[in-house]
This record gives sequence, structure tokens and C-alpha cells, in this order.
Amino acid sequence: MATTLTLKELSKKEDRFTHGHRMCSGCGAPIVVKIALMATDYPVVISNATGCLEVSSCISEFTAWNVPWIHTAFENAAATLSGVETMYRSLKKQGKMDREVKFIAFGGDGGTYDIGFQSLSGAMERGHDMIYICYDNGAYMNTGIQRSSATPLGADTTTCPAGSVIPGKLRSRKNLTKIMAAHNIPYVAQASPSHWQDFAKKVQKAHEIKGPKFINVIAPCNRGWRSKTNDAILLSRLAVNTCYWPLYEIENGTTKITVTPKQKLPIVDFLKPQGRFKHLFSPENEGLLTQVQDEIDREWEKLLKEAKTD
Amino acid sequence: MAKVVAVTGNEACANALRQVNPDVCGIYPITPQTDMMQRFASYIADGKVDTESILVESEHSSMSACIGAAAAGGRVVTATSSQGLALMWEMLHIASGDRLPIIMPVVNRALSAPLNIHGDHSDAMGARDTGWIQLWSENGQEAYDNTIQAFRIGEHMEIRLPVMVCLDGFIISHSIERMEYLEDQEVRDFVGPFKNFLPLLDLDKPKSYGPLILTDLYHEYKRAQHEVMTKVKDVVLDVAKDFEKLSGRKYGIFETYRLEDADIAIVILNSAAGTTKDVIDEFRDKGIKAGLLKPRLFRPFPFEEVAEALKHVKAVCVMDRADSFGGYGPLFMEVASALYPLERKPLLLNKVYGLGGRDYLPSHAAQVLTELHDISRSGKVNVLKEYIGVRE
Amino acid sequence: MKPKGWKDLPPGSVVLEGGSAAKFKTGSWRAFRPIWKDENCIQCLFCWIYCPDMAVKVKDGKRGDFDYDYCKGCGICALECPGKKGQKAIVMTEEGK
Ligand SMILES: Cc1ncc(C[n+]2csc(CCOP(=O)(O)OP(=O)(O)O)c2C)c(N)n1
Ligand code: SF4
Ligand code: SF4
Ligand code: SF4
Ligand SMILES: [Mg+2]
Repeated sequence: MATTLTLKELSKKEDRFTHGHRMCSGCGAPIVVKIALMATDYPVVISNATGCLEVSSCISEFTAWNVPWIHTAFENAAATLSGVETMYRSLKKQGKMDREVKFIAFGGDGGTYDIGFQSLSGAMERGHDMIYICYDNGAYMNTGIQRSSATPLGADTTTCPAGSVIPGKLRSRKNLTKIMAAHNIPYVAQASPSHWQDFAKKVQKAHEIKGPKFINVIAPCNRGWRSKTNDAILLSRLAVNTCYWPLYEIENGTTKITVTPKQKLPIVDFLKPQGRFKHLFSPENEGLLTQVQDEIDREWEKLLKEAKTD
Repeated sequence: MAKVVAVTGNEACANALRQVNPDVCGIYPITPQTDMMQRFASYIADGKVDTESILVESEHSSMSACIGAAAAGGRVVTATSSQGLALMWEMLHIASGDRLPIIMPVVNRALSAPLNIHGDHSDAMGARDTGWIQLWSENGQEAYDNTIQAFRIGEHMEIRLPVMVCLDGFIISHSIERMEYLEDQEVRDFVGPFKNFLPLLDLDKPKSYGPLILTDLYHEYKRAQHEVMTKVKDVVLDVAKDFEKLSGRKYGIFETYRLEDADIAIVILNSAAGTTKDVIDEFRDKGIKAGLLKPRLFRPFPFEEVAEALKHVKAVCVMDRADSFGGYGPLFMEVASALYPLERKPLLLNKVYGLGGRDYLPSHAAQVLTELHDISRSGKVNVLKEYIGVRE
Repeated sequence: MKPKGWKDLPPGSVVLEGGSAAKFKTGSWRAFRPIWKDENCIQCLFCWIYCPDMAVKVKDGKRGDFDYDYCKGCGICALECPGKKGQKAIVMTEEGK
């Protein structure tokens, strides 16, 4: 039986991701992990791509994972887990394994949108029974905030710095959630730790669907976003309410917006508290700022249409 | 009872894998390996094995998936060649560092650029420092036998390391040869059931594979890995003994041919050893005491035994089917290191031959033996490293 | 404790004890200290779900005190705490003051 998604009930469960990990104070990624594991009412095996989460959660003899966990390299969390899942199926078929086990891969945006994209695409196409969860903090944080294809338009990173000639990242984000939907896998969703219940529901639902599932979760990083240590939830909520990060799911091809902001806020509300967008507020970058807003509006309209026609 | 067959090297390896019946197999095409895994895929499709395949989208993912599957707890195989092995390079280190006994035939082929699909040893030699055990095979029979023995070696509880079984692309992988197969049951009994070691799927004892290890311990982990390698040789010999009982075929860590009283000798890997042996016979007929040493276990390299076997020889040529550009050939470097501690050392030569499938002819062996014969009398080496069979 | 030598290491660097990070206390990272004001607490448990460091103790569905062995003092709990009648049930204070 799936745990009822109330905090009271969830709090009675044992921590499968423990304290003592070494993510920065106020990091969004551990919140993503803890919610995902809380919503998992099965034995679960985790695969983790190299990145902040991985290097900070398992160091020497200290592991924050109280479930079987494997990290092999940066670009292959999906491929590695596809091996674990295949062995599980093989052993099950041979009668050497009887329990029902679930599989989750965690990768950062670099390890998912960029270098791990092929491995992810391959594993999804092959149909392995797993959920791939991307914790998207919009840059290669572990190596010091370099740009990835998930870095938002206009952001200042260490490899696309806002200079006197070039105002940060000139390209828009890759829409990975839609790309994963184009794999025609049974379940794709976008979630946010601020909306813990919506996220937990999506994880619970995904576990009940056989085959490959993908959930993209925004995971604020106060170091890379140059924001405060206390605003991971505030910012992820603003990401939802500005429609920068819409919460939706695509189940067997049907798009559904799961949380519609009561009032769609201007994107500046999301950008303002973040140092990585500071330069966008100087007069010469007004055009870029408009471009950012236009793009969000356009994407949101598109999503609304998709959700309606479905 | 043994069955005599006429098959290609690829077919023989595929059959060995079928007889072992592994739990999981990573499959990805690359010439000249392709038809080995194709054959294995047919075994799966026809229900001749219980194996679950993973039809990966690259060799990098193949090795990644094999690592995941092996860590999960079970017997895992894949096969590759050339660019595929090169693409796996990062993961090869992780397979050995995690101590996972994955078994992988490597059908040796040249590396790009320029693109070339034919046999040489550049691929496996490029992977010699990845912590894998390497067994090399002269012909299809040896490739088959090595594949079967590889499971016992890699899965040995004191070892737990991945093993590459090397065989020459096309020359062996695609030529039909007469050889002997063991019975399926004999192979299964020989290999035995897979023994688990720290399986990830042991759900009640959650383990973490692949931690970050800092400067305080990394050096120690690598020292421990080195230690395991020192134990491999004895296990290889023990397994070979058991295998001989079963098959009547004798294996060591290397093979010697008319080496005991030789004045001159060639050290050479894989299929070219066959051609060389024939030419050695011709030289012996002429009264020239020629011999050969063909390494089987290249990683770990049996330094002491190689030195012992070669110490009485006056002049030795180490023949490399791969180059380490700007250095000597990889096999040469090992043999030279092995001989260094000897007080009276043989004179040494290094020849690079047969790259990208260039034929290695009896005339090449004869040319080398003639030169060695001259050197053994003059005591003088003119050119230490040289390409042979190359047009000016 | 004497640092481990190479002979003491588990093969393949596998970590054998799940959740062993709990032995690594991160409380010393804290520059700010959250203080729980029970009287303003409505037991919503937002602080518990949003804490990245599992540093809010909850027993039988009831919020207990902070676990200062692990709390890194990020302040997420304080910011998200609804409190009672505009009175936060968590306030951040500077450590060592
Ligand atoms: C093949 C390879 N290339 C580069 C790296 C270096 N590297 C390690 S983690 C990392 C960044 C990870 O970024 P992301 O996936 O977004 O995770 P985050 O650290 O932001 O959580 C990079 C570039 C690596 N480990 N392996
Ligand atoms: S750098 Fe960012 S993502 Fe990485 S641990 Fe720190 S806050 Fe988290
Ligand atoms: S968030 Fe505030 S009100 Fe809610 S349980 Fe925590 S301390 Fe109490
Ligand atoms: S300050 Fe941060 S780490 Fe400490 S209890 Fe609150 S949310 Fe957790
Ligand atoms: Mg990132």
C-alpha cells in the first residue's frame, strides 16, 4: 500500500537518505532526493551520476544512502542502472529473486541533458523499468558553475560569464522534459521540491507504471544561483509560479498541468533574488530580459494548448 | 566427450559463452567482433541460454551496464573490438576498481585514424593499464579455451577481476579452423555456479558502490588492487591444471617453443606465433637454434618467469603488433623490464609488424631470425626498434 | 583512530554500512542556529519536509526539536515556517552570540 501523502504519515518512515551528507547548507538537491525516496514504498536501488549529489553523499566509508546505491561515472547513470535492472530481471526469471524492486537514477542537469543524454535516451528506448530523476540546478555545479544546456538564457556562469561584451548565456535551455516525452515512454513529468506533494504523487504514480519514466525536478543551488542559503524552496516555488518551471505530466502521451499558478508572476520575481541574473537588470540588457519573459510566455502558452487538446 | 568441429574464432567464443550461460550480456556491434554477439543474440532468441541481453546504444553504455549488472550480483559478459574498446576505456578502470569479474572477448583490431577494421593489437594494448586481466589466444581453440577459463580466473574469490580474452581480428575471428568443443555440461561443471560477492541486490544490507575517495585512502586502494594482481598468476595456473584434466589441453602463463636450448628467440603474441613456429623449424633444420615465447597472460605480466625462460638466449626479438609512438612497442617494454634484473642479459630487438591487418609472412619471421642469428654472433645491435614489412 | 592501511580496505571500495554518513556530524558548519518556539508551532511539518539535512526530529508524526548535530543553519525551515498568527515558530540566531 502506498503511503498516504501527508507529512504526518511520511514522517513516520525511516530516512533512506540520511543526514551527515555534505551538500552545501541549503542545497535543493537533498530535498529532491528525500521526497523521491519517501514516495517510494518499495525496496529501491539507486544509481547516481557524478556531480554534487554523488560526491557529497558518499565519501570514504560514509554513505548517506540507506538503500543500495551505485555510482560509476558521470555520463552513465541510466546505462549503469539498466544493467542493475537487467540483472534483477534475469535473477527473477531464474527464480533467484522474489521481491519486487524499484529502480531510480539521479543525475544532475550536466549528467542528464548533456554528457549523459545518450545513455539516458538509450535506456529509455530500451524500456528498462526505472525512473530517471534529473535534479536540475542549471549548471555544472560540482566543477564550479559551468554552463550546461540546462542553463537558462541570460544566466552568468563561469564559462558563459556576463562580460562587458557578452551578457551571459545567449542560448535558451534545452527542453529535456519534452524531448523525453518524444521517446514515447509511458510517463514523463516535471516537478519541484516546493510542491512536495505534487512531486511525491508523481513518484508514486511513476512507480506503478511499468517501463521507463522520467521526472525533471528543479533543484536550486544557492552557490551557483548566487542566492541565499534559505531560499531553495522560495525560489523553486517562484519558478513554478512564474511558469519558468511548469508542473505537468505526460502520461501515455496525454499532457496534464498538475499545478496551475493562481496568478502567473513576472519572471523578474524569479530572477531578481539570484546573482546569476543581476546583469540582466542593467539598462543595456533590457532586450535580453524581455526575450527571457517572451520565451517563458510562449512556452507556457504552448503547454496550455497541449494540455487542452489532449 | 569432446566434439570436433570446424568453426571460426568468433563462433567458438560465442559457443563458449553459450555453454557458460551467463546471466546478463551487453551487445553492441563492431567489426570484427560483430558476429560473435550476433550469434549470442540468436542463442538468446532461440532460448538456448537464460541470458538477458542489453542491446545498448554504445560500448560506453555496454560496459556501464555490465558494471551495473555485475555489481547487482551475477555473471556478466560482453565483447568488443577497437574503437569500441577505446570508447569503454573510462569504464574499464571502473570495472576493475570495483572488482567486478566481467568476461569480455576482445577481437583485436587497429585503432583510428586512419580508420582500419583489420587486426592488430593496438586496442587491447591501449587497455593494458586498466586493471583487467588479459589472456591472449593464438587460434580459435585457444580463444575458446581461454574464454571458458576466464570465468574461473576472474570469479575466483581471491581475485574478483574482469578478464579480456584477446584474439586476432579476421585472422582468427573469421577463419574456419578445426577444433574441439567440450560438452555443455562439462563446461558448466567446470565453471560452476556464480558465487556472489557484495551484491547490490542484497536488499537487506544496503551497500554503496563507487564512493568518492580522497587523498587519505586512494593510494591504499590502488595498492590493494596491485596486490590482487600478484595473485592472478597462481590462479591462472591452477585453473589451467583443472582445464587440462578436462580437455587434455595444456596451458601455462606463456607457451615456449623450442626455447630450452635456443640461442635466438622471438617473443610474439597471438596468431603470428603459428607462422613463426614454422619458420623456427626451418631454422632448426639449418642447425640454427631458434625458439619462441608466446605470452598468454599479458596482464599481470609474469616478469620473473619470462626472464627465467629467456635468460640463456643470446639475442631476443620482441615483436609488437602495436606501437607506443615515441616509445618501444608495449610487449617489448615488458620483456625488457623482465630481463633487466638479469646479470647476463640477452641482446634485445623490437620489431613492429602487421599493423592494420598487414600480413605477417614467413619471410618476415625469417628476416628477423636471420638478423638475430647475426647479432648472436657479432654481439652488436644496429637498430633497436624498427618496423618490418613496411614499404619505403 | 589509526588510519586504515591498504590491507584493511574492503575490496572494490564498496561502502558496507548503509546510512553511515550519520556518523559524520555537520552541525559545526552552522553559522546561524534555528530556534524552535513550540508555542507558535502548528505542527505542519513543513520544516521537516523541506530540511535538506534531515535535522528536524519528528516522532510519531509530532515535531520535536532540531538535531543540532546535523543542522547546517541554512534557514529554509525558518523561511518556510508559517507559525501561528504571524508569529514564526522558528527564528534564526547567530551562532556563538
Ligand atoms: C567524463 C567526465 N567529464 C567531466 C567530469 C567532471 N565533472 C564531474 S561532476 C561535473 C559537473 C556535474 O554537473 P551536473 O550534472 O549538473 O551536477 P551538479 O554538480 O550540478 O549537481 C563535471 C563536469 C567527469 N567527472 N567525467
Ligand atoms: S554547489 Fe550547489 S548544487 Fe552543489 S552542493 Fe552546493 S548548493 Fe548544492
Ligand atoms: S514549520 Fe513551523 S509551524 Fe510548521 S512544524 Fe515546523 S516549526 Fe512548527
Ligand atoms: S536551518 Fe536548515 S539545516 Fe537547520 S533545521 Fe532548518 S532547514 Fe534544516
Ligand atoms: Mg547541475
